[in-house]
Amino acid sequence: MNASLTLVIIMAVLYSVGVYLLLERSMTRVLLGFLLVGNATNLLILIVSGPSGAAAFYGEDAATADPLPQAFILTAIVITFGVSAFLLALIYRSWRLANADVVYDDTEDLAMGRRRTSVTTDRPVDGDDTEFGTRAAAAISTAVDLKKQEEREEQESLAAERRQQEIDKKEAGA
Amino acid sequence: MSALTTLVVLLPLLGAAAALTQAKRPRVQTFITVSVLTAVLAIGVALLVAVDTNGAIAVEVGGWPAPYGIVLVVDRLSALMIVVSAAVLLAVLVFSVGQGLADGDRETPVSIYYPTYLILATGVFNAFVAGDLFNLYVSFEILLVASYVLITLGGTEPRIRAGTVYIVVSLVSSAIFLAAIAMIYGATGTVNIAQLTVRLAELPADVQLTLHVMLLIGFGIKAAVFPLSFWLPDSYPMAPAPVTAVFAGLLTKVGVYAIIRTEMIIFPDGELNTVLLIVAALTMVVGILGAVAQSDIKRLLSFTLISHIGYMLFGIGIDTAAGLAAATYYIVHHITVQTTLFLATGLVERQGGTTGINKLGGMLKASPLIAVLFFIPLLNLGGIPPFSGFLGKLALFEAGANNGSTLAWVLIGCGAAVSLLTLYALARAWSMIFWRDAEEVADYENPLAMSSENSSAATVESVRTTPRIMVGATVAMVAVSVALTVFATPLFDLSANAGENIDGPAYYVNTVFPGGLE
Repeated sequence: MNASLTLVIIMAVLYSVGVYLLLERSMTRVLLGFLLVGNATNLLILIVSGPSGAAAFYGEDAATADPLPQAFILTAIVITFGVSAFLLALIYRSWRLANADVVYDDTEDLAMGRRRTSVTTDRPVDGDDTEFGTRAAAAISTAVDLKKQEEREEQESLAAERRQQEIDKKEAGA
Repeated sequence: MSALTTLVVLLPLLGAAAALTQAKRPRVQTFITVSVLTAVLAIGVALLVAVDTNGAIAVEVGGWPAPYGIVLVVDRLSALMIVVSAAVLLAVLVFSVGQGLADGDRETPVSIYYPTYLILATGVFNAFVAGDLFNLYVSFEILLVASYVLITLGGTEPRIRAGTVYIVVSLVSSAIFLAAIAMIYGATGTVNIAQLTVRLAELPADVQLTLHVMLLIGFGIKAAVFPLSFWLPDSYPMAPAPVTAVFAGLLTKVGVYAIIRTEMIIFPDGELNTVLLIVAALTMVVGILGAVAQSDIKRLLSFTLISHIGYMLFGIGIDTAAGLAAATYYIVHHITVQTTLFLATGLVERQGGTTGINKLGGMLKASPLIAVLFFIPLLNLGGIPPFSGFLGKLALFEAGANNGSTLAWVLIGCGAAVSLLTLYALARAWSMIFWRDAEEVADYENPLAMSSENSSAATVESVRTTPRIMVGATVAMVAVSVALTVFATPLFDLSANAGENIDGPAYYVNTVFPGGLE
């Protein structure tokens, strides 16, 4: 069997670069590595499929090329395509989770703001783009839950007031 | 019968499509999924009976003759695997229906869960009937892609992180498998498993060895065999309880099934048997040592899962009909028991709100039924007599003793020690969760220095009601696992026949090429 040296070299380069990228930490590079390794494998199938020739079922006169590896490659391409679409979605989701594109709450600023307006009124919950939808506790896990903080502070101030009243009573009694 | 064989694959695939069209109607989806899996279970039983009485079936898909077209082969091993997987898939499905209904579908998003589950089932069934390597590759991809979706269900941070590890490792194993197929095709000009056994034998020994090792590495990653198993405990426990249960029960066993086919039919010479036996011993020992050190039940169970893959490899590595029969019986036992344990863990998580062993306590009083449901499969996995775990290990050790080599005796020793350690790890978890008082939880100090867990954290959360349907599914699985003991004789006879059929390629080749290979 004769194999084209060019194809073999390209395959080797694709494999080595692909494996190198697969070992990276960044998921985007891992995806690129996966694509390269997938293409290298497709090339491998092509290389081992024997000499080129006419298309199967078409040219009866000339020697036909082996159609089976071509079917393999097509299947493998489709699978790679589907998996990379999924990986892209995964990368996007993980990027959303890691680098949430929000400005974090400034607690000092919140305290200032709350003096004027109350935030306990129905706050629209930003739709999370997970399957949990609006039922997720918060779109961004690190965000301050304003409602809860408000309640807690209210309770604290109530407790302080009560304590003050008790002290006042005692003083009055004395 | 041949129509039934294709239906095993077609039904779940069409069912998935039908379920996807009903995305807005969860009840219809549930109905479709349950009825499809019930139908496949019935077909599986019919196939098993037919194969057991009339011999194996080979179906040439589309009427293309064997070496050129795709063949589906059902022998005793395949039929048995189909029946067990269908039963397990059905039980877990019922469990997840119960969980989904109770949780208002927070953990199991309805619209994609059922279709994906059916696609996973398609992949598993297709792998069991695949008669050529490329079809096996495609079925692996089907089940893997479905499992990617299931493991990252909901897209929460821990699941994405765990899913990333799982997906990248699976992608690498698939790439290795596909490259192995390409090279095998280049060397032999065929991917038909029955034809490969003849053609590969004609190749030079070093080429054979390379191809053999590549296939084993690809399947070894999927089966979580020792040096290739470290992805498993990091990824499985993060998925929702029913998903973990079905992954633990089935996915690794598909890898083991592929290893059986590789060792017995594609490369029947057994040149790597010694390697397999050593790897089996390491898988058992390293896996169980990991399990002993865990402080979370799901992680603990994932490690015992790895460890018990070693027993199956042991049976394969002995390479006799008796060893294969024992491995077959052990696979059936392990699929059932491991799934049951994960379902019981799902119940514990539901009741206790966590799966941390150090955080739970006093559950025996709160829910005695769950304690029993966890206890029976625990004894079973640990290999306590009358249960099927004991019978499976006994058969394995017997086959090993008949083999008589030093390595086989070492493995018997390892196997006995590992079953003891399994019992220790699980019994410790059980007594911590169920036996000790709830008051002891707060001031318990974890003796494990490296434990990442903060044991002084919140104890048992408020006891939630567990839907009857979830408990019912778990009870059914426990009943099935006990039935493996009650009906041990017919099952073991079946396994023995299956073991004889797959010991050497002759039976398989005769099935695919009744007129003999040209």
